[in-house]
Amino acid sequence: MTQNVIEAHDLTVGYGSKVLLKNADFEVGKGDIFIIMGGSGCGKSSLLKVLTGLMPPLAGSFDLLGVDFERANDDEKSHLRQKTGILYQSGALFSSMTLAENIAMPLNQYRSYDAATVNELVHLKLALVGLAGYEDYYPSEISGGMKKRAGLARALALDPEIVYFDEPSAGLDPVSSARLDDLMIEINKNLNTTLVVVTHELQSIFAIANNSIYLDAPTKTIAARGNPHDILKNPPNERVRQFLTRGKE
Amino acid sequence: MFEYSMSSLSFNISNGVLNLSFSGDYLKQDLPTDLFAAINQNNITEINISAETLKGWDSSFLALLFRLNQTAQNAGIKIKTSKLPAGVKELISLSQAVAPVADAPAPKKEDFLTALGSFTLRVYHAFLRGSKFTFYNLNLFFMSFFTKPASRKVDFLFSLQDCGPKAVPIVMLISFMVGLILAFVGAIQLQLFGAQVYIASLVTIGMTRIMAAIMVGIIMAGRTGASFAATIGTMQVNEEIDALKTMGVNADEFLVLPRLWALVITMPLLTMLADFGGILGGAAVGVLALDIPYSEYFRYAYNAWFLKHFLVGLFHAFVFGFIISLSGCYFGINCGRDADSVGKSTTSAVVYAIVWMIVATGIITFCLQRMGI
Repeated sequence: MTQNVIEAHDLTVGYGSKVLLKNADFEVGKGDIFIIMGGSGCGKSSLLKVLTGLMPPLAGSFDLLGVDFERANDDEKSHLRQKTGILYQSGALFSSMTLAENIAMPLNQYRSYDAATVNELVHLKLALVGLAGYEDYYPSEISGGMKKRAGLARALALDPEIVYFDEPSAGLDPVSSARLDDLMIEINKNLNTTLVVVTHELQSIFAIANNSIYLDAPTKTIAARGNPHDILKNPPNERVRQFLTRGKE
Repeated sequence: MFEYSMSSLSFNISNGVLNLSFSGDYLKQDLPTDLFAAINQNNITEINISAETLKGWDSSFLALLFRLNQTAQNAGIKIKTSKLPAGVKELISLSQAVAPVADAPAPKKEDFLTALGSFTLRVYHAFLRGSKFTFYNLNLFFMSFFTKPASRKVDFLFSLQDCGPKAVPIVMLISFMVGLILAFVGAIQLQLFGAQVYIASLVTIGMTRIMAAIMVGIIMAGRTGASFAATIGTMQVNEEIDALKTMGVNADEFLVLPRLWALVITMPLLTMLADFGGILGGAAVGVLALDIPYSEYFRYAYNAWFLKHFLVGLFHAFVFGFIISLSGCYFGINCGRDADSVGKSTTSAVVYAIVWMIVATGIITFCLQRMGI
């Protein structure tokens, strides 16, 4: 039986009185590449904010690695956060630090490695994302695609069990986007890391996903769930079919 | 034969062959310095890695293998592995798939003369850029009397509100306190001669001629100049200024002109309020602390109020308005593309505004003194 790393129960997401998603129930299994997809304004990024603890849900709860996140105290939340990594749309690297310093930061914060080990881990993480030799570069000196890969290296610094991705393909050329997809598959396969990806890039969705949910903006519910290939074969409604076929007949 | 053992790693060296075996959990381990020391000290020709009984592993295990691979490659040592955990080999080969970049940035080392030369050139170019920006925008400002600028009226009104009514409380508070301090400082000396009533004259002349304008200038440089630099700097980071330029809109006319107008209008008005606030602060000391009758204080203040001092103060404020807005906008427009640059631009905007205000005050004072005003 697959162990679930995230379980959402009756989760309602939104801002104040504006509800974007209501009473959502879903599970993310360990080792899944789980896609949160849907049209613009359906609440994908807001749901990601809730799952990463950046904002509370309006109602409901979710278990992260078996712990009710909303009921967890600050220490438990900090411990859980060390087991998760996140790659933001722009990479979100600290501009005043070199790439090496960016990646070393969580290692220095949460681990007691000696300096030589931190250095070696930084080399390793950068090499894993194809940025060997870029240790002393500042974020302003590298391209957008490289920033994302460096952001991924930082997200992987603490060997997280779950890595969240917010629109990883946004702003990337098709080749860089495909390389990032391959990298995500390698990380998932070889490190058994669960990936939760917010995207509406169909090529990426079909290339990497083995599980997904489709958020439906008009009904504010989860309209479809499962492997995107299976959803495409049997779409539950016209909006899902149009989304997965880019509106083609 | 050399042997070594720790909880999850053991190795021995025999006839130039390093046999390395892992067992149990290899988690969150530092790099074993003894292992690398042994490789350096012995003439190793081959490394055999065995991980048959290894259960758990993390990045520290990968980092060790990564380093061993690099060391072996550099020293021409053969590596043989057996039963590495699934995924490890693939991750190691993934980490070696892209060759390290060859053109890593060289550390910037300059001798004293080169550094001095670079610094001088930077100052020279910055001065040229700043002068060009200043004259261009002054020209835009005066031309806006005759032509309709590209800027929006609503931007001007927002700036006017921000630079005017919203700044009144802080300006009044600070000028009241400055008047109060001036009066206290003056009273210490004037009391010696029984001439404490003249603190009204001291405060009135001091505030109207220069102090009010300078205090308002410093407040507005820290409050509004910084806000201009941060706002426009963030627009630069978000490529909004690039968007303006590619739309064919003159960024200076669109962004600088409304702010310049707003501050040039509000600075003299705020200075008038600061004059009043300062005189009130002096009155608080005179009436409450020195027992000068209320009417007496204001009679002396009125007698010390000269139009020429008042106009000199307003002229300073007018000039400071140009300096603060141009400094804020210049550093905002010339901001870099990251968060760090916005902070640096904001700091520079405030520092340069204050420095140039002091320089301008010196020049104006010298000129007025030569003119006998």
